[in-house]
Amino acid sequence: MGRYFRRKLLIYGVTFFIAVTINFAVPRLMPGDPVARMLARNAVSNPESSEALRSYFDNLFGFDVPLWKQYLNYWGALFQGDLGVSIFAFPSTVSSVVLDALPYTLALLLPSILLSWIVGNGLGAMAARNKLLDNTVLPVGYILTAVPYMWLAILLVWAGGVILGWFPVAGGYSFALTPAPTWTFFVDLLHHWFLPFLSLFVVALGGWAIGMRNLVIYELESDYSNYLQALGAPRRLVRRYAFRNAMLPQISGLALQLGVVVGGALVTEAVFAYPGLGSLMLNAIQNQDFFLLQGILLFIVIGVLIFNFLADVVYVLVDPRTRLGLEGGQS
Amino acid sequence: MTTSVTPDADVIGKRSEHLYFALRNPKVVIGLTIVIGLLLLGVIGPFFLSGSPNEYVGPKSEAPSGEFWMGTTYFGQDVFAQFVHGLRSSYVVGGLGALIAFTVGLSVGFTAGYRGGLVDEFLNMLTNVVLVLPALAVLIVISSYLEVRGIVSQAIIIGLFSWPWVARAVRAQTFTLRNRDYVDLAKLTGKRAPQIIVREIMPNMASYLLMSVILLFGGAILFAAMLDFIGLGPTNAVSLGTMMQQAMAWSSLHLGLWWWFVPPGMAITAIVGALYITNVGLDEVFNPKLREM
Repeated sequence: MGRYFRRKLLIYGVTFFIAVTINFAVPRLMPGDPVARMLARNAVSNPESSEALRSYFDNLFGFDVPLWKQYLNYWGALFQGDLGVSIFAFPSTVSSVVLDALPYTLALLLPSILLSWIVGNGLGAMAARNKLLDNTVLPVGYILTAVPYMWLAILLVWAGGVILGWFPVAGGYSFALTPAPTWTFFVDLLHHWFLPFLSLFVVALGGWAIGMRNLVIYELESDYSNYLQALGAPRRLVRRYAFRNAMLPQISGLALQLGVVVGGALVTEAVFAYPGLGSLMLNAIQNQDFFLLQGILLFIVIGVLIFNFLADVVYVLVDPRTRLGLEGGQS
Repeated sequence: MTTSVTPDADVIGKRSEHLYFALRNPKVVIGLTIVIGLLLLGVIGPFFLSGSPNEYVGPKSEAPSGEFWMGTTYFGQDVFAQFVHGLRSSYVVGGLGALIAFTVGLSVGFTAGYRGGLVDEFLNMLTNVVLVLPALAVLIVISSYLEVRGIVSQAIIIGLFSWPWVARAVRAQTFTLRNRDYVDLAKLTGKRAPQIIVREIMPNMASYLLMSVILLFGGAILFAAMLDFIGLGPTNAVSLGTMMQQAMAWSSLHLGLWWWFVPPGMAITAIVGALYITNVGLDEVFNPKLREM
């Protein structure tokens, strides 16, 4: 078990390091001059103030020292929680802007990921070796996995928000309300939360169902299932054992799928103008707010790493072989 | 002379057998029909449509009619013309992105699996790291710094971040194959590593490789659509994702211009879904156990 965790932690550490390095390198290596673009955007035509702004930005990016020192400074600032100042939401810092948006994204992501995983696995397990269910679950599952996140979101807004008018079309809460811990605000929040949640839930459902169906079929063909059946064990019992074994790859699959789901959440939020990281990212792109953009990436990477680690812990708890250092749970 | 002819004949026989079962498999036939049909529309269509897809040709916000098959946008652009051009760029991004990801994944996987040892440790670490990185977020940051974005540059960055699972699977399979007797025999005859990999190891996973290219193709199309939708699409071309972005940006939802945002998403779903279904069918073709006789 120690080896397993050491290895995983090493991978996560290296990933974090590389993500930070990408963050550092991309603005410096990409063709074009971000500072010049920012100046052009702010339409600074007066040469004197342009010069002043230029040196200000150079200073802000820390461009006036050698590259290796910039890199060290970057890490130093990072460990002090200093991600720079947002341009789009001036004068708030990037960390505070991101932390404001984070709860909305988490409130969308956590329930939709977990629920679609549970429901999808249940559906898939039921569909395996069941002609009638299989013929509906499989095609629907493939169509769902092929749907682009934002298109389903658009269709849901169109159907539920515009045509039926049951749900609000955009935003995290009504403009008439101010965030307060009251019952009305909470209901309003839930009302706005439902469609984006449904969209993320439905897209991920198909993949889990198909994966589980294939795994259960594979397990039902294995020796222990045949043996149990030969002993005359009831069908339910055999399927329960198959299901438990099929869970293991699905748990590690959950960790691997996380990056994709987070990406999907970003575009889904963009459709609903939901005030989470996705909309923030869209604003950052439109305003060329590179500090904010990189801060968001860093937060996403950290979040994905933490949840990967949690999935590893769950895996160890569920699979006794990893605990005892036997095969299984390869990194 | 005769000895060298027999194995060749054998290979041809096996290939045509696969083709025979593939053409009889309804999933493969349906999937490929959709994929190739839309591909032909994307390749041939633009030749019959005059001018650029962004031209203002008709009345504004008109519903589908005989003249404008998919209606017009808020500005009076022909949605069908945009759709056809968008299909073309989706296929280019998908194909090129898949090719790049496949090449990288294959090289990394074969090198790691065949060499083993320290090289494997390093490459495996690299694979795991890229696997954990949230690809879309990284792609967004990188492409937001590109001032001029084209379809090709988009395909390249997508390809560079979607190879790890191919590498992982290829590495695992190479591990099990590299100690087989015929590989040892090839080593004894003095063949070099690249030759052994291409001639002895790769044919054994040809079916798997074909299927992973198909999955990469679909994945690249989805990635490109998401990037385009965020507003980081090609600056000089129309794509299915930018169509959806434009439709959302000019509130087609509230104006009820459903013909603007439904077709592009439907096409992406159809292409990717058809690819997945083809894949399931191919699985049945290559794996006789799954065939329904």
